[in-house]
Amino acid sequence: MLLNQFLFLGAFLFCTGVYGALARRNAVLVLMSIELILNAVNINLVAFGAFKNNVAGQVFALFVIAIAAAEVGVGLAIVLIIYRNKRSIDITQVDSMKG
Amino acid sequence: MDWILNNFWLVPLLPFVSFWAILFLGKRAPYKGAEIGIGALGAAWLASAWAAVAWIRRPTVGTGDNAIRHYIEHNYTWFTDGHVKVTVGFHADGLAVMMLVVVSTISLLVHVYSTEYMRGDIRYTYFFAALSLFTCGMYVLVTAASMLQGLFGWELMGVCSFMLIGHWWEDQANSNAALKAFFTTRTGDVGLLVGISILYFAAGQTFNWERINEMALKGQIGHTLLFWAAIALMVAVIGKSAQFPLHTWLPDAMAGPTPVSALIHAATMVVAGVYLVARTYGVFWVAFSIGPHTHAHHGVNILAIVGGVTIIIAALLAFVQDDIKKVLAYSTVSQLGYMVMALACGAWVGGIFHLFTHAFFKACLFLGAGSVSHSGSHHSFDMKKDMGGLKKYMPTTYWTFVIASAALAGIFPLAGFWSKDEILLSSGRNGYWWFMGVGIVGAMLTAAYMTRCIYLTFHGEYRGHGHPHESPKAITVPLIILAVLSVSAGWLNAFGLHYFADWTRNEVFVLAQVKDYPFSVPLAASALGLAIVAAAFAGYFYVREEFKLRGFTERSALARAGRDFLVNKYYLDHLYTGIIIKGIREPLAQGAYWFNQNVIDAVVNGVATYTKVVAGFVYNGIDQIGIDGAVKGVGAGAESGGQSLRTLQTGKVQQYAAILFAAAVLIGLGLVLFT
Repeated sequence: MLLNQFLFLGAFLFCTGVYGALARRNAVLVLMSIELILNAVNINLVAFGAFKNNVAGQVFALFVIAIAAAEVGVGLAIVLIIYRNKRSIDITQVDSMKG
Repeated sequence: MDWILNNFWLVPLLPFVSFWAILFLGKRAPYKGAEIGIGALGAAWLASAWAAVAWIRRPTVGTGDNAIRHYIEHNYTWFTDGHVKVTVGFHADGLAVMMLVVVSTISLLVHVYSTEYMRGDIRYTYFFAALSLFTCGMYVLVTAASMLQGLFGWELMGVCSFMLIGHWWEDQANSNAALKAFFTTRTGDVGLLVGISILYFAAGQTFNWERINEMALKGQIGHTLLFWAAIALMVAVIGKSAQFPLHTWLPDAMAGPTPVSALIHAATMVVAGVYLVARTYGVFWVAFSIGPHTHAHHGVNILAIVGGVTIIIAALLAFVQDDIKKVLAYSTVSQLGYMVMALACGAWVGGIFHLFTHAFFKACLFLGAGSVSHSGSHHSFDMKKDMGGLKKYMPTTYWTFVIASAALAGIFPLAGFWSKDEILLSSGRNGYWWFMGVGIVGAMLTAAYMTRCIYLTFHGEYRGHGHPHESPKAITVPLIILAVLSVSAGWLNAFGLHYFADWTRNEVFVLAQVKDYPFSVPLAASALGLAIVAAAFAGYFYVREEFKLRGFTERSALARAGRDFLVNKYYLDHLYTGIIIKGIREPLAQGAYWFNQNVIDAVVNGVATYTKVVAGFVYNGIDQIGIDGAVKGVGAGAESGGQSLRTLQTGKVQQYAAILFAAAVLIGLGLVLFT
């Protein structure tokens, strides 16, 4: 069982996601990056599940997918509201909470 | 058929439900709640009658004087506390069934009577609710299988008698009478609590009546313990059944409406004490060595003395009363003395048989007195001022009153004759000759004062100012029913008949080997003869003008002194309120005042001064510097902390995320490096 390869893939995806979430200005792309992070986690879960010969990993992954769908729904709704207010989805312009 | 005996709880439940129904629905009901009470009592009467038939039909075990019907008892767990299990149960036996029949009959008739007597009363609905609850209390007591449960009914009656005696509480005298009744009986109730507690522990943690009697009679409880338990219970009986020297509340209780007086005196409340003795007979039997004198004696029969003294003292008081209800009240006290003395002299059947017959004729007398005041004397009870000559205006009331009086005086062949004779006979045969003598003297006095009462009320010239007429049907019909019962009730245990004894005899009776003697003609004849002589003597006294009692007391200083002594009720009320209560209250008040002035004030002043000093220190030292400093310091700290931290709050989401990831990385590194 090649566990390492999967873990490397997961790590790569995670890093890509983190980069996208931190560096992108487009709010939709930030959301997509978060999806990447979650999928990295899913890969790890399934990989460990298969490695340990335990179905719980896959079940967990399914739960994560379901929750990710809900989270994207909420996230896109927020983006839509921001667009309506600001006529833009540039995330750096949303800073009215500045202390 | 035995269903009702197995479901005895039904009987107390009926008036309990009607109490709440009247309270909540009574005002809106077409007859203002009276119909609910009468309906419930009617149902309870049917249940009682059914129970009586079922009981009589039960098979007997044993032969002759030992032939009894086994009781039926059902116990349910009330609560458990550790290993102590307290049960609530219902005990059906001859005594309980007999009491149910008496209570139901009297209470039902009193309810019917009240619809007319209380017509237009301001608290009409409330009155019927209280009557229901009162009856419920008596039912609870007589159906109870345990003393604790009995105590509930006992106290329930105490409260209800307070409410009913003080029914017209706007008048100060009435509310005082209610308080007096309540406090006097409460004094006795302390004895009941003590007695129950002693018996509970003496009998191995049980409240069960049957079990306590059995243990007492089998010698499983020490004599000293039983003696003190019996003394405590006796105090309860003295309070509740108005025995000397706590009888003073009962005549004052006449302040209540007349139907209530009838109910209190005939079926509930005062007979509860007699019932208590009959029910815990095993305890009294052993503690006071009641049995026939052939047995070894090592106890003093105080209960018989109390009963005997009460008979004479109350009967004498009845002679000087002008208030018709007070004559009857003292008569009740005297008759209760009979019952208590009978039980204490080993005449178990005689005692409860007298309770049974007395209920009917005393209820009849009270309701008769109520009828007289309702329709004859314009709501007055004063025989000398407002009555006299009512015979021709109120024939039904007159004849029922005469029949009931004759029954009370023990005239053949009415109810009182048979029950009184049973008492005299058994107490004599058991060796209590003195008490038999007291009983005969009591019977003579009874005959004499009832003659006086009838003469003053119904004969001579009308002295009132109203328009006397016969009472309506709601009053006369109960009177007639009660008069018929006053005639017939005695035949249950008359010459050659012993149904009553057969039906009521119970396990305790057999275990204690209580004796039941056959009717004795010479004794009965001589007692009857003496009673008739006494009545004739009293009658002669009043019919002959020159022998008026007033003239007699004016002529003889000794008679005047005796009369004053009686009018002042042996100065017992003076003793209680003037000496005991004043004696306790005044030194107590003085002491309390001194204590207040010198001790409490000193303490208060000292505390105040000390508090002032401490408060000054607290204000300047702790409050201003310590607490305020701390509060201000926290405020300043929070402000400067906030100022320095606000730079972190950029509003840029991605910056937050970067910090979050950085923190996660640092924690991850830490985990990797340090584990």
